[in-house]
Amino acid sequence: MFPTFSKYLNKSTSAAPLAVFRVFFGLMMLVSIIRFMLNGWVYKLYIEPKFFFSYYGFEWVQPLGDYTYLIFIICGIASLFVALGYKYRLAIIVFFLSFTYIELMDKTTYLNHYYFISCVGFLMVFLPANAFFSLDAYKNPSKAFLRIPRWTVDSIKFLLGLVYIHAGLAKLNSDWLFKAMPLKIWLPSKYDLPILGDLLQQEWIHYAFSWSGATYDLIIPFLLLYKPTRWFAFALVVIFHVLTRVLFPIGMFPFIMIVSALIFFDAGVHHRILGFISRIFRINYSKVISMANEKSFRFKRNFTLPIVAIFFAVQLLLPWRYLLYPNELFWTEEGFRFSWRVMLMEKAGYAQFTIKNTETEEQFVVDNDDFLTSFQEKQMSFQPDFILEYAHYLGNHFKKQGHENVSVFVESYVALNGRLSQPFIDPKVDLLKKNESFCRKDWILPFNDEIKGL
Amino acid sequence: MKYLKLSTIVFSLALILASCSNSSDNPESADDNFDRGAMLANWADNIIIPAYTSFNAKAADLKTKTSEFSTNPTVEKLQELRNTWESAYVSFQHVSMFEIGKAEELRFRNRVNIYPTDTAQIEGFISTGEYNLDLPSTIDAQGFPALDYMINGLATNDYEIISFYTSHTNAEGYKNYVNTLASTISSLSAEVLTSWTAGYRDVFVSNTASSASGAVDKFTNAYIFYYEKSLRAGKIGIPAGVYSNGVLPEKVEAFYKEDISKKLLLESITATHNFFNGKKFDGNTNGPSFKTYLDYLNTIKNGENLSALIDGQFTVAHNKANELNPNFVEQIATDNTKMLQTFDELQRNVVLMKVDMVQALNISINYVDADGD
Repeated sequence: MFPTFSKYLNKSTSAAPLAVFRVFFGLMMLVSIIRFMLNGWVYKLYIEPKFFFSYYGFEWVQPLGDYTYLIFIICGIASLFVALGYKYRLAIIVFFLSFTYIELMDKTTYLNHYYFISCVGFLMVFLPANAFFSLDAYKNPSKAFLRIPRWTVDSIKFLLGLVYIHAGLAKLNSDWLFKAMPLKIWLPSKYDLPILGDLLQQEWIHYAFSWSGATYDLIIPFLLLYKPTRWFAFALVVIFHVLTRVLFPIGMFPFIMIVSALIFFDAGVHHRILGFISRIFRINYSKVISMANEKSFRFKRNFTLPIVAIFFAVQLLLPWRYLLYPNELFWTEEGFRFSWRVMLMEKAGYAQFTIKNTETEEQFVVDNDDFLTSFQEKQMSFQPDFILEYAHYLGNHFKKQGHENVSVFVESYVALNGRLSQPFIDPKVDLLKKNESFCRKDWILPFNDEIKGL
Repeated sequence: MKYLKLSTIVFSLALILASCSNSSDNPESADDNFDRGAMLANWADNIIIPAYTSFNAKAADLKTKTSEFSTNPTVEKLQELRNTWESAYVSFQHVSMFEIGKAEELRFRNRVNIYPTDTAQIEGFISTGEYNLDLPSTIDAQGFPALDYMINGLATNDYEIISFYTSHTNAEGYKNYVNTLASTISSLSAEVLTSWTAGYRDVFVSNTASSASGAVDKFTNAYIFYYEKSLRAGKIGIPAGVYSNGVLPEKVEAFYKEDISKKLLLESITATHNFFNGKKFDGNTNGPSFKTYLDYLNTIKNGENLSALIDGQFTVAHNKANELNPNFVEQIATDNTKMLQTFDELQRNVVLMKVDMVQALNISINYVDADGD
């Protein structure tokens, strides 16, 4: 086992695939950041709200008022440097930190694909993505290499595979497979698509999409790995992600996944891509190749592999942490995030908070509009950790206003995957007495239904 | 591996079918799809425009009666004006929920029905004679609540009220202000109605897009917002003290008239209920609306009969509200729990509409990336 493994670690491969990945990843990120800013989302999501929902343990990560734009600009510049391969190590570290900081500012905006980008960014800190076709290599030919350790390219493939497989496994549940939920809710509302609109009203289509979506996620990594099916698999990747782009508001993610899937192709394809880019920018590609060392890039420091190994160990375990919680995952969302559970449920809620004086029994209801944006209110109303954090925020707010003996109660209803809404949080529990932790949230009311499966 | 290949073939077949379906699609026969355009047309042609037309006539009448009263301020004219004001106020309950298009642009509801009215500001305007009711800062000094003060609240009996328009040193100022109030309501109403009849109707009906800017999504948000904030909270919750320590009877609708707050509430429940069912404004037939849309979606989903639940809950809330004293100030003073019970019944439909209906219709509240988790 170990001899084979260390032999594997010593194997080298062409540096071109990772170089292509770096160029496209950097460009995609640059476009994403620009799009985000042009849509006015920096103001809308990070400056306009009065209050931000923090991840447990990251309460210190807050937007910086108007300087928040600066973080985005830094992140955009870092993306460009990554694409160019200029001062790569510094650029990718800055990218990872700034991007992750943005995501940690408010968990209202949590998206699996943002998390995916943070993961890729982290991994790329440790990969020699600038060994080839980069400004770093151009300026210092001694740092230019035609070959790099094979595991570095494979690690990207492995991460992509993990994302797909976990997303596929998460779909193996009774709602998805046997009720075609939540697609049965989402697809009919796309009635106005040209061609597809009427078809999306058909029940069999909802099932076909559910089943083929799960199948796709589970097998696509293998079809991409296996050479004879690779082009076919890539065609599927394109169709699948373009379709999701058409059907759902998921922004840049489909394009990022399509471009990422290129990493599975052989070096020849990547050389052609780089040659094509070179022609556009009038770069002498054969000179780029001849400048580079024939030898493989070697890591100077030996902490790289252990860190990458720990990273993947965490990646393998994190999606399964939900097993430690006894209740229905979709209902309590304990262990839901950071697990590649994408497009799995349609959940909506309503939460009305009451501030009560425990001595005098005087009470009044809070108007959520006074504190939250409509987007924040929507996200808060069906996620228990949001409800708890908001309750504490309200408690502190009214204590500061001079209210005494403050307790906070919530009357809340949640509808999950087309089920009729039902009471969500125990209305008799003073939420100020409960604190966020990784422990089970016993103040969430039972789900009263069962979703079978993983 | 064979199994895997089979799955991909199935998958690609599904996709090929999906992309080739247009050849068999006939845009005329939309049997297999709910026709949002027809729903929007029913809303516009059978409910919204007739309701505005009716309200606009009453608002014009209000303007006339106000002018008649101010030229000849007698007890009889005052009573006539009150009747017209009441009938226009009741009629307004049928259009208040349509805050879209011109009404949204003008912030029609805020211009016509913000209460409690700011009597100090009104008196200030009258004494200086300088005011511009187009300014956002003047919304609590105009509309029906301000008129309520001008014709019911200036004094405790009719003769004293009339004296403000006859013997008061600034009688001219009072006359001018009451006329400005009535004519502002009338001109705002005319502006909204004209916008609907002169083009906006077609814009609205043809905007069947399934996005946050589509007419169905925008209108549904406006409708639920009205029900939650103006009807449930404004008419019942706030005066009954739900949002405060202690009751706030001075915040009831039609505070100075005193005995029509229940009438206005019942009318608005009926109006929102009828709208939910797609009932024609002046007729008894129902056209396509939220109810039929939910029923259509439920044929796909086979879930709970949501439309029946919401429909039934409107009736329950109406019946509960019907038990109230016509004068909410008295109701709050004698037995506020009845107010709170009415609030709870209205609240149930907030949950059913804001959570269940919005989920079923897959209404977007915002344009922002989301992957449903």
